[in-house]
Amino acid sequence: MNDHTGFIVAAYAITALAVFGMVAAIALDRRALKKALARFPARESGDDAK
Amino acid sequence: MLRYANPANFLWLADRVVPWLGWLTAALAAVGLYGAFFVAPADYQQGETVRIMFIHVPAAWLASFIYGVMTLSALGTLVWRHPLADAAQKAAAPLGAVFTFVCLVTGSLWGKPMWGTWWVWDARLTSVLVLFLIYLGLVALWQTIEEPSRAARAAAILTLVGVVNLPIIKFSVDWWNTLHQPASVFRLGGPTIDKSMLWPLLVMAIAATLLFLTLHMMAVRNEILRRRLRRLSIIAAADEAGGHVFVASAGAAE
Repeated sequence: MNDHTGFIVAAYAITALAVFGMVAAIALDRRALKKALARFPARESGDDAK
Repeated sequence: MLRYANPANFLWLADRVVPWLGWLTAALAAVGLYGAFFVAPADYQQGETVRIMFIHVPAAWLASFIYGVMTLSALGTLVWRHPLADAAQKAAAPLGAVFTFVCLVTGSLWGKPMWGTWWVWDARLTSVLVLFLIYLGLVALWQTIEEPSRAARAAAILTLVGVVNLPIIKFSVDWWNTLHQPASVFRLGGPTIDKSMLWPLLVMAIAATLLFLTLHMMAVRNEILRRRLRRLSIIAAADEAGGHVFVASAGAAE
């Protein structure tokens, strides 16, 4: 490559971190919500967002 | 299509579509990255640094696109008061903030070796920074107001006020004398980029868009579950107190 390799690597590394961060945050959020919802098994209904 | 605007139907659809969307995103990103690093040549002026464009441009496109999605959702909230529109607004804001952040940082990492500076206060860069601050403001607003439908209306109004920034971002390079180069892909007269660089860029842009759609669907699904949890918690608390409760976010007596 050239003397700008550091800039290119940094740009791709930050982007990868951001993407994996978003995926992880959403997946962990879902896991926590599912866990919390498991406390109400009898009450779950279909009209979720209401 | 309208059938899936029902939250329960949306959950059913999301559970089936998200894995396919995820794999399609990964496959397109792999093709795009191969094109970006092994097909596209080094630019005659920028050299290898042009590789940053293959993530900077899709991130910039998404920064505006996500705000457009939020604007449509805001209309859904204010005009139809649809709970799925509320969830779509809320789920998109942090994703928009992250992609705008990526756009700003990768632009800065390109600017230092090419322009000799990390940042200039020109119209394009400043208007994208304003977009980033609007996203952060919306995320903060959602966290500040506890009652979901009230938060949705407040966020929708702020989103509609902020949409004026989108044409400013798009046309800033034409209206003002900026250091940022003018449009080279979506322009009258066609792209000015060579085909060997254009196709990987377009594939990366499609992959980024699919990535957003996948993450957005997953985040909307979480918002639906969060509302379900809130409603069940309120009902459980009311049962313990031995009385009835009005779930304000639901707009219906429980």
